Amino acid sequence: MPGLSAGGAAASGPLAERRPHRLKSLRKSLRKNWDLYLLIAPVLAYFIVFHYFPMYGLQIAFKNFVAVKGIWGSPWIGLDHFQRFFDSYYFGRLIKNTLGISLYELAVGFSAPLLLALMINEVRRKTFRKLVQTVTYAPHFLSTVVLVGMVMMFLSPQKGIVNHILVFLGGHSVSFMTEPEWFKTIYVFSGVWQSAGWGSIIYLAALAGIDQGLHEAAIIDGASRLRRIWHINLPGILPTIVILLILNLGNVMGVGFEKVYLMQNNLNKESSDVIATYVYQMGILGAQYSFSAAVGLFNSVVNFVLLIGVNAFARRMNDTSLW
Amino acid sequence: MIKPSLGDRVAGAVIYVILALALAAVLYPLLYMLSASVSDPKAVIEGRMWLLPIHPTSVGYEKILHNREVLIGYRNTILYTVIGTAINLAMTVFAAFPLSRRDFAGRGVMTAFLVFTMFFGGGLIPTYLLVRDLHMIDTLWALVIPNAVSVYNIIIMRTFFQTGIPHELQEAASIDGCGNLQTLRKIVLPLSMPIIAVMVLFYSVGHWNSYFNALIYLSDRHKFPLQLFLREILVKGEMDEMLQGGAAMIGQDQQILDAEAIKYAIVIVANLPILLLYPFLQKYFVKGVMIGAIKG
Repeated sequence: MPGLSAGGAAASGPLAERRPHRLKSLRKSLRKNWDLYLLIAPVLAYFIVFHYFPMYGLQIAFKNFVAVKGIWGSPWIGLDHFQRFFDSYYFGRLIKNTLGISLYELAVGFSAPLLLALMINEVRRKTFRKLVQTVTYAPHFLSTVVLVGMVMMFLSPQKGIVNHILVFLGGHSVSFMTEPEWFKTIYVFSGVWQSAGWGSIIYLAALAGIDQGLHEAAIIDGASRLRRIWHINLPGILPTIVILLILNLGNVMGVGFEKVYLMQNNLNKESSDVIATYVYQMGILGAQYSFSAAVGLFNSVVNFVLLIGVNAFARRMNDTSLW
Repeated sequence: MIKPSLGDRVAGAVIYVILALALAAVLYPLLYMLSASVSDPKAVIEGRMWLLPIHPTSVGYEKILHNREVLIGYRNTILYTVIGTAINLAMTVFAAFPLSRRDFAGRGVMTAFLVFTMFFGGGLIPTYLLVRDLHMIDTLWALVIPNAVSVYNIIIMRTFFQTGIPHELQEAASIDGCGNLQTLRKIVLPLSMPIIAVMVLFYSVGHWNSYFNALIYLSDRHKFPLQLFLREILVKGEMDEMLQGGAAMIGQDQQILDAEAIKYAIVIVANLPILLLYPFLQKYFVKGVMIGAIKG
């Protein structure tokens, strides 16, 4: 979702500025709007310090960072840290888990809000519609800690309601949280439970913008409800879908730290260890700053390249893109 | 109006049924937590409580009121949320207002400068080292400064300033001798209350729920926000039970029962503010997401 509008801004901004009298208008604006420049200065300063300076700090990925020598003074060692990461025992596992969780989430988590929105859009009874929306948006506001806590309580092998039901139905109690093969499914479906409703808002907004005349004409032509959803609603919100898909694909290596870390334990680690948790473990806990910065950099570069690639592909295919 | 065909009515009915099921699936865990928090913990762990409270009790809530750390966490979280949100809001307005003005030369470059950070960044380690070098570790500032503003929200607010407030109004003010900042204070902000409400909601929920910055930057327990204590009680507590197999625990020991009661009650307590505000705020936050969506 983030960047949906931002991309448009990035595109229109610089182009609009490209005029011959650019310098002149800048001087005029500086004189007339000096207070606006003053206003935005702290924000720019914040971005320089907290976003661009860390990018400069990324050079420690190619250095042997020694705290007393600082970022600049530490000796260069080239690609050694990357080499060590690629050769490490964990590399394959980390990539497999990171991609596995992401793609699973993309397949299930991406379609759930879309389907939900298409269905909510068909509901004519206002009260029911409002009820569905109110309830499905609510879990979005729970913190990750509370969500994971709830998941663990529900799935607890001794006292969780899920296992009570399993046993009641004649099955065996399953220790869901410590079985590696369950990890990704729990991660993805608890995410759907929490975010599908919230994610549907954006599609509902797009659906509300579809011309009702199209539906009326289609009804007169005898189109069934499902046909109208398929041939009018879906194409109508396709640009929104594509933009969100680009953003999601561009983040395919970016499985967030917060939830995975909370759900992780020593028994499920073989399927829960992802790049983000590895960076935390090696960097923050293990103080191997250079090495984990290298791992993090590898991750962001892959994401960034993917985003640009997918965006270019989407632009060629159907003229929808972030910029 | 043409009468809907049989097929359409069936399709409509199927949609209602699926939505009703989805509704139940989302609602059930929430109701379960609420009921469990006021039920006898023994009944809950034995699986006898499945929807409505059994042997109503408030033991969980009483235990929380006597838990010093939870109270400290609650106090800290309120503090961090208020200060953090104030900083967020100010920074968002400071950036959004100039960027919304057509006569503000350089806004394209500046927007690109901000937006780039949404797609690429230094990542965890360089940011951590920076915060450490700025001596923010174990201070309130580590929680509110590194995420002082969100680019996405700046864009939403800028869009609102551009489209939600008549351009002529600002021009008229300027002709009448209003300076830029005066226009912002007297015209733009008073007309932007809906979007400001949305921003306050988004930012404050973010602060209220965040644990990651506190996890990496804080080590003094007196400064922990609620979420870190929640993590210990809910997540670590459960994890330990699971890893130890928990064979011994099944429902006799009073201490274990109390711990259970606390877990259910604390989920409710932790989400109390948003739970109470939710019904009133709903129309605002939907609006906020819509503004973001329409621009795209």
